[in-house]
Amino acid sequence: MSVENGIGASVRRKEDQRFITGNGHYLDDMNRAGQAYGYFLRSPYAFAKIKNIDLSAAKSAPGVVDIFTGADMVADGIGGLICGWGITSKDGSPHKAPPHNSMAVDAVRHVGDQVAFVIAETLEQAKNAAELIEVGYEVLTPVTNIAKALAPGAPQIHEEAPGNLCYDWELGDKAAVDAAFANAAHVSKIDLVNNRLSPNPMEPRAALGEYDAGSGELTLHTTSQNPHVARLIMSAFLGIAPENKLRVVAPDVGGGFGSKIFVYAEETTTIWAARKINRPVKWTADRSEAFLTDAHGRDHVTHAELATDNDGKILAFRVSTKANMGAYLSTFASAVPTYLYGTLLSGQYKIPSIYCEVQAGFTNTTPVDAYRGAGRPEATYVVERMMDTAAKDLKMDPTEFRLKNFIQPDAYPYETPVIMTYDSGDYPLAMNLAKEMIDYNGFAARKAQSEANGKLRGIGVAAYIEACGIAPSAAVGSLGAGVGLWESAEVRFNPTGSVTVFTGSHSHGQGHETTFAQIIADKLGVPIDSVEVVHGDTSKVPFGMGTYGSRSLAVGGSAIVKAVDKIVEKSKKIAAHLMEASVEDIEHEHGVFSVAGTDKKLTMGEIAFAAYVPHNYPADLEPGMAENAFYDPLNFTFPAGTHIAEVEIDPATGVVDIVDWAAADDFGNVINPMIVEGQVHGGVAQGIGQALLEGVIYDEESGQLLTGSYMDYCMPRADDLPNFRVATTNTPCPSNPLGVKGCGEAGAIAGPAALMNAIVNAIGKDIDMPATPEKVWRAINSN
Amino acid sequence: MYSFDYERPSGVNEAASAIGEDDKFLAGGQTLIPTLKLRLAQPGKLVDLSGISELKGISVNGSELSVGAMTRHVDVADSADVKSAIPALAQLASHIGDAQVRNRGTIGGSISNNDPAADYPAALVGLGATVHTNKRSISAEDFFVDLFETALEDGELVTKVTFPIPEKAGYAKFPNPASRFALTGVFVAKTASGVRVAVTGAGPCVFRQTDMEAALSSNFSPDAVSGIKTEASGLNADIHASADYRANLITVMAARAVKAAS
Ligand SMILES: Cc1cc2nc3c(=O)[nH]c(=O)nc-3n(C[C@H](O)[C@H](O)[C@H](O)COP(=O)(O)OP(=O)(O)OC[C@H]3O[C@@H](n4cnc5c(N)ncnc54)[C@H](O)[C@@H]3O)c2cc1C
Repeated sequence: MSVENGIGASVRRKEDQRFITGNGHYLDDMNRAGQAYGYFLRSPYAFAKIKNIDLSAAKSAPGVVDIFTGADMVADGIGGLICGWGITSKDGSPHKAPPHNSMAVDAVRHVGDQVAFVIAETLEQAKNAAELIEVGYEVLTPVTNIAKALAPGAPQIHEEAPGNLCYDWELGDKAAVDAAFANAAHVSKIDLVNNRLSPNPMEPRAALGEYDAGSGELTLHTTSQNPHVARLIMSAFLGIAPENKLRVVAPDVGGGFGSKIFVYAEETTTIWAARKINRPVKWTADRSEAFLTDAHGRDHVTHAELATDNDGKILAFRVSTKANMGAYLSTFASAVPTYLYGTLLSGQYKIPSIYCEVQAGFTNTTPVDAYRGAGRPEATYVVERMMDTAAKDLKMDPTEFRLKNFIQPDAYPYETPVIMTYDSGDYPLAMNLAKEMIDYNGFAARKAQSEANGKLRGIGVAAYIEACGIAPSAAVGSLGAGVGLWESAEVRFNPTGSVTVFTGSHSHGQGHETTFAQIIADKLGVPIDSVEVVHGDTSKVPFGMGTYGSRSLAVGGSAIVKAVDKIVEKSKKIAAHLMEASVEDIEHEHGVFSVAGTDKKLTMGEIAFAAYVPHNYPADLEPGMAENAFYDPLNFTFPAGTHIAEVEIDPATGVVDIVDWAAADDFGNVINPMIVEGQVHGGVAQGIGQALLEGVIYDEESGQLLTGSYMDYCMPRADDLPNFRVATTNTPCPSNPLGVKGCGEAGAIAGPAALMNAIVNAIGKDIDMPATPEKVWRAINSN
Repeated sequence: MYSFDYERPSGVNEAASAIGEDDKFLAGGQTLIPTLKLRLAQPGKLVDLSGISELKGISVNGSELSVGAMTRHVDVADSADVKSAIPALAQLASHIGDAQVRNRGTIGGSISNNDPAADYPAALVGLGATVHTNKRSISAEDFFVDLFETALEDGELVTKVTFPIPEKAGYAKFPNPASRFALTGVFVAKTASGVRVAVTGAGPCVFRQTDMEAALSSNFSPDAVSGIKTEASGLNADIHASADYRANLITVMAARAVKAAS
């Protein structure tokens, strides 16, 4: 029996009605009585000492309520922002996490660093007053490039981090790798830059702080992907208010892509200031501020080498990466180039030994942290560009080389040399499917046709793997995480049979209100329109860890299933009582409870009603029908697959036209195929953006951000994208009850490598992302 | 934005007398409003031209096409008159920015702003158009002076642009991938007074490529220009493209414009 709108149905997203009719509840639309407006004066310099700040003229400007600086927050005992993942260097020393105050105290370290918070009756008045603040700066020479920042003689950004080094980390068996390389028949090498990206969610960050002097409660509405984590950090580390007096609400949030995981200076300042002035304060970033202050992504420089034997078998892999952390360590920044990166360097391949070392350093740039894929796109990019390079060196077809080295479907659980245990998958299946979808074997003929038209044609493969469902708490704890990464849920029946599901995960575009409702519909037979999904409010939902790392369904969905199991267990007892049968004889399917071998049955709705009106009820059972659960995953999940891109290039201009794209992804079981396909489209679009169009550029001399608006920072648009061929291969995940693996990041992980391999294949030369027309043109015309 | 006064006159003379030294005309606002929002300009008053009906509209008078200053890009792109008289001009207008920009932006605003990457300057210079103001008539080549600089005096108002109708014309634009302005755009026209080739986006201001004009005068075909290089020195270089690449684009776009000419 299948259920209407249950698991596997492409149900239209319930939340879209409100989003597309302008009835969403986004932060900047919220206003409170007596609300004042906050505006940040930001540093115009990349690196400078602050000698003095004169607020006198600004404070007496029309409409000004108050103006605060970093010194005021420090004087109030407010702590700095933290990094929640401790990385240990090769020499055993902990990573360097220099102080990170919400507003600068004695120095500014990137353009856009917060200097003062001006609060006025209107935003324009706050901006006018900010222009009257006089800051005495002693301008210092900045450094923005990571290789230069880590080189001797670079400007010293933080006293606490000599040589600008945050950590020098390693993973894997160096001696084994060196030995394998020493005896290898072939060694292939590659140098790569993983370009820095600006996350660009549609809704800029915003915060609304309120203080209730009566109850002493603070309420912060903020654009967060994980409001409980934000509350925890603000309470435990900044000392804004105890957790029981601080409510954090993340309402409808218009996209995040990781950038709204982090606890930012602006939200901590806004909520702190609301109490100081005892009035609601609202701050909303404009797009220029978003470019300057939303944590960026990627920014790696990597050298990699692969050792192979004469049969084209991989022997060992060696990777050395420099990662740019920006001016301060953002909330999870340290984990991205280490445990979310080095651990994925085995890709889909049987590689006997791997060694990876990562030096992370500080620069005078916006902090860098997780962005869609977070570490895994960087790993896939290294692995998959490397595989193509090696295949070329060995004169093998890149898919044959990969198929030869894949971990085979019967090899699970498979332990990689970089501490992951892959649980399931079928890599050859996905690759062969993608090849078939794009007619890989017909490529030569298409290439000849392009050549006849004066065009270059290329095809590129990326066989990616990611570790999602983040994450088993004990495992991440042993690797330095400061938190557990379980998830919470409550499934609460109302007396009339409708259901409210509370989840600790957070939807900022992913479609949880639909997917999670489908689980309830499937398991308990409740129509999806009778299921409400509540998330994002610390005063409503149990403590949860939020949404990132493609974890919501695998971890949050599993918590919901656990709560559903408890509901079913209790309902069986009630059903047995009402139908005068023994509990063992009660059978349950999709919300219908029947007595085995009879036609007696009760629906979930009838049982829920009985639980709330327990006139005829088991004596030893609590009334009510609400259960909560916490789920801590047993392992990561390992979505994997193959994407193949095909391009045609105009040699006269270097313009790359993506003519075809095939994506064969193994996401485990799929709850809503339409939403999954949308996630693949969006992810690939961002992957294409990284490969062709996007890139944050700083002026190396002044440290100014040169790509500070859409006039200069190029986001992908519909006409930059091809039609996608999308298919899934579904090997169920063995470690969670839904058998799901996660799909939110796959496209952004596979995309850049597939596309760059296609371009390199077409032009016969290595180039770095973004492959702008000029870069491609220069490569074609260089010798 | 800083606060300012606002006036919406209904005639050209009224507008001319309303404008003061620190004031600005407001046309489609597609350049001016973002500038105000970023607090990069602080006009005392905006004199909104949208109420002046004589500034709007398109007409053909014999050998001349006339476009009023307040005519929006979308109206030029969609005009049957423009499409039949100078199809390349309609095509050019249809590729300015995006639909929202074309629904508000005007030809008068575009040329008065003289963004080095704007499309219209190429058409005006390429076709040998005349810019009419409330005071005088100025040839296109004299009108566009330098980067964001025109021959307009303070308070001078563009009223319309007249284009001699060419035998054939074509425009090829290589859009900046981010802004979609012209990284390089080349307008080619075969006119009664000879062949003209105007280049926008590549230099600080629109300019004529005379070597190409000479070559096309004897042989109006893509091959005639595909070997002609432009000196890169003096061309724009920025994060989007080097001067060398822009020089290459001039050649490629010129050949494509000739091929597309109709
Ligand atoms: C996202 C975006 C993309 C764009 N892409 C392109 C593109 O691809 N190609 C392109 O060419 N342009 C592009 N533009 C610019 C667009 O064409 C603008 O419309 C144009 O630059 C200004 O026209 P406007 O009518 O909006 O003028 P406004 O912004 O109102 O005014 C611009 C300036 O001209 C002055 N002015 C206006 N009218 C007159 C007049 N009649 N007489 C004297 N002075 C006057 C104003 O005082 C002001 O200084 C783009 C703009 C945006 C926002």
